[in-house]
Amino acid sequence: MADDAIRCDACPVLCYIKPGRAGSCDRYGNHEGQLVRLDPHVMLERAQSRGDSLVPFLDKSRDWDGTLVNDAETFVTAIGAGTTYPDYKPAPFIISSQVQGVDMVTVVTEGIFSYCGVKLKIDTDRHLGAECSTVRAQGEPVGHVTTGEYGSQMLSLGGVRHLTGGSRHEGTVTCDTLLSLCNGKAVELEIENGAKVVVQADKAPIVDGIQEERMRVGCGSATIGMFARQWFGKVDEVVVVDDHITGVLSEHQAGKLLGIPETGIKMKGRRSTPGRYFKVAEPGTSWGGTDISDPLSILAPFDPEVAKPGLRLLMVSTTGEHYAYYELDEALRPLEKDLPSALRESVARIKENCEPALCTVLFMGGAGGSLRAGVTENPVKLTHSVRDSLTRVTCGGAPVYVWPGGGITIMVDVSRMPENAFGYVPTPALVAPIEFTMKLADYATLGGHMNHVRPMNSIHRDEDGRKKVMPRPDNPWPLASGRVGKGE
Amino acid sequence: MNTRAQIRMLPDGRRLHMHDGPIDLIVQAFGAAAEIEVAYRAAAERFVSVLDELCGELAFLRSPTREDGPLPVGPIARRMAAAVQPYASTTFITPMAAVAGAVAEEILQAMTTLAVLSRAYVNDGGDIALHFTPGKRFVVGMMEYFKPEPTALPQRVTPHELPNTPVFLCDPRGSRSLSASDEPSPDAYQPQKTTLFGTTTIEFANPIRGIATSGWRGRSFSLGIADAVTVLADTAAMADAAATIIANAVDLPGHPSVERVPACELAPDSDLGERLVTQSVGELTREEIIEALAAGISVAQSLQAAGLIRSAALNLHGETRVAGAISAARANSARERDLLHA
Repeated sequence: MADDAIRCDACPVLCYIKPGRAGSCDRYGNHEGQLVRLDPHVMLERAQSRGDSLVPFLDKSRDWDGTLVNDAETFVTAIGAGTTYPDYKPAPFIISSQVQGVDMVTVVTEGIFSYCGVKLKIDTDRHLGAECSTVRAQGEPVGHVTTGEYGSQMLSLGGVRHLTGGSRHEGTVTCDTLLSLCNGKAVELEIENGAKVVVQADKAPIVDGIQEERMRVGCGSATIGMFARQWFGKVDEVVVVDDHITGVLSEHQAGKLLGIPETGIKMKGRRSTPGRYFKVAEPGTSWGGTDISDPLSILAPFDPEVAKPGLRLLMVSTTGEHYAYYELDEALRPLEKDLPSALRESVARIKENCEPALCTVLFMGGAGGSLRAGVTENPVKLTHSVRDSLTRVTCGGAPVYVWPGGGITIMVDVSRMPENAFGYVPTPALVAPIEFTMKLADYATLGGHMNHVRPMNSIHRDEDGRKKVMPRPDNPWPLASGRVGKGE
Repeated sequence: MNTRAQIRMLPDGRRLHMHDGPIDLIVQAFGAAAEIEVAYRAAAERFVSVLDELCGELAFLRSPTREDGPLPVGPIARRMAAAVQPYASTTFITPMAAVAGAVAEEILQAMTTLAVLSRAYVNDGGDIALHFTPGKRFVVGMMEYFKPEPTALPQRVTPHELPNTPVFLCDPRGSRSLSASDEPSPDAYQPQKTTLFGTTTIEFANPIRGIATSGWRGRSFSLGIADAVTVLADTAAMADAAATIIANAVDLPGHPSVERVPACELAPDSDLGERLVTQSVGELTREEIIEALAAGISVAQSLQAAGLIRSAALNLHGETRVAGAISAARANSARERDLLHA
């Protein structure tokens, strides 16, 4: 068989692809012996608002040549731009543009990241696994459980040790997992001695087959603490039902401080500290993450020595999704009544404070030698320029957080990037878009490839293989003045 | 869990887009909201294993089908084998000639088995499986090309829809270049390069449940020179196999304006091996166009007589010939063209 063909392993068809040809999907091709994605090169283009003072100028420039793009309103992203790897050559696109009279340059390249991974925040109070437990995808270790945060479990996935330090299969699966997560696809992860969780950027997590809906406002005990003052005087007793810690107002420290008298309530489950109960029921998907459908099932009969007929009782879950109001009859049995309007607000407020449970995916990676050499002949100057805020870094036009300290280590929320912004190479390593925007004068100073700078209007918007997308309205415009260049 | 597969709703919120490796499906179900949800869930559940199933016996599916040869194992592979079987005694064919249609049928069946739908379609890169109930219909538009596109990159073609009546643009290049992020907009569609050469309406009373299009510009290699052959048949897999056969037959063997290259030189693992596949078609005289189309029509008519297709529309260099009931469609009507581009 032809020696110059390469085997594509992007899917099980495993096409042999000749140089200059694409595989059966037309999405991967053989470019000079390298497997590359043939995805279109993405450009962000801002909608021109009518009535804007810039309109006459824009119209004039259109008369001049309708196919050319307007400098300030177009940003060429690195998505689909190609890379400098493996030979150290100037970045594929070094584009100059004028923004408010200042000559700017954007260096656009797809970086190949071996040192990269994903920080995954999973909004759930369920125990996913112990800290440092191995996280597996398709049976391979791809990361570990890291320090949990308030209301969220955190996973750290990828990194060079899993990508290239383990078996070939471990590397491939890790790369596949990172790629899927970064491109907004669902991934199933299994935590050692823990849960199975399906995660997807900007979607609710599915833990052991159960989809999380809302983050609870706090545990049952915390909810008592937060709302005790709002309940005071309007109701005699409140039970906040929670699979973790169920709270009881009259016994809780917060109730004691307000001088709320004993009510004679008797809880099932195991008392932890006053007003805090573990295991009032089995875990489930009903009231406060328990399996109960009747909240009275977690109460024993009221103490006849203490309880009085007419006692008012509110039972509510930690998300405010379930609630019931009772008054004790002559025999001290709770009878369900309509929720008084005075209590309605507090229940609504619990609900309002429960945000939708989401998975969030931050891509984290470090820009290495080849990538920085594509920008400048003296790579450390790029690092300094980023550090000094002379150069703005974006990923597919989305804002990034640059870690303090040495190197260019960035974090970016993948859901703020255009769709399918990431690719991979069989190394295995992830391909991520990265753009460096700075003043043209600063680019010259840091030893930029000045003879490769080309004007924005040399990029044809409608060219085959180029795709224009609208930028996300909540992202700052990458070419906007303000952060780039001191003294602006 | 297959992590390659990408399954999402298109921005219109109505159509489902499923992608895995070379498979790219656009699915739409019509009916009660709850039934549509059941149908899409069923489609997605069936879809995730499709590519692995097919690749599990890919070598067999790429080998020539023999009249009394062994059968493949998987349900989709069996649909493929059944669709190409009628051609095995007379010509070279492999089950891959029906892969797109067979995948479309399988997904459609998964949906209609679990959900009550008034109408549904699965469009696998231009090979389409249809489901409908009495009184419902689909409108089909067929595309041709005015000028050759030498570019290797996929073009962008967006299905164009009229309210309540899906209009399929039967495009030999397929709809796979449609990415999920594309808003269907008239701008995305390039009238200077493509145009409809006809439309036809399929109603419940027609036995037609499959549509396929083949041509040398398509994603699969063709041995012929047709720009587009659109076939209507009882099943999508049957239409797919027949479109391949008829497009191969629209030909001018040995013509100097036709550039042909052994398939294996382009794709080393092609099921067509050293067979010459068409890479470009230059200038042809009107007589030559008519001769090539006549060769295709003769094959189409024999397939129609054998019950393998219901009708076919053949297009070459702007000339159209039809076999069967598709002639009832307003083929090549300038008025229709204006209407649909408006």
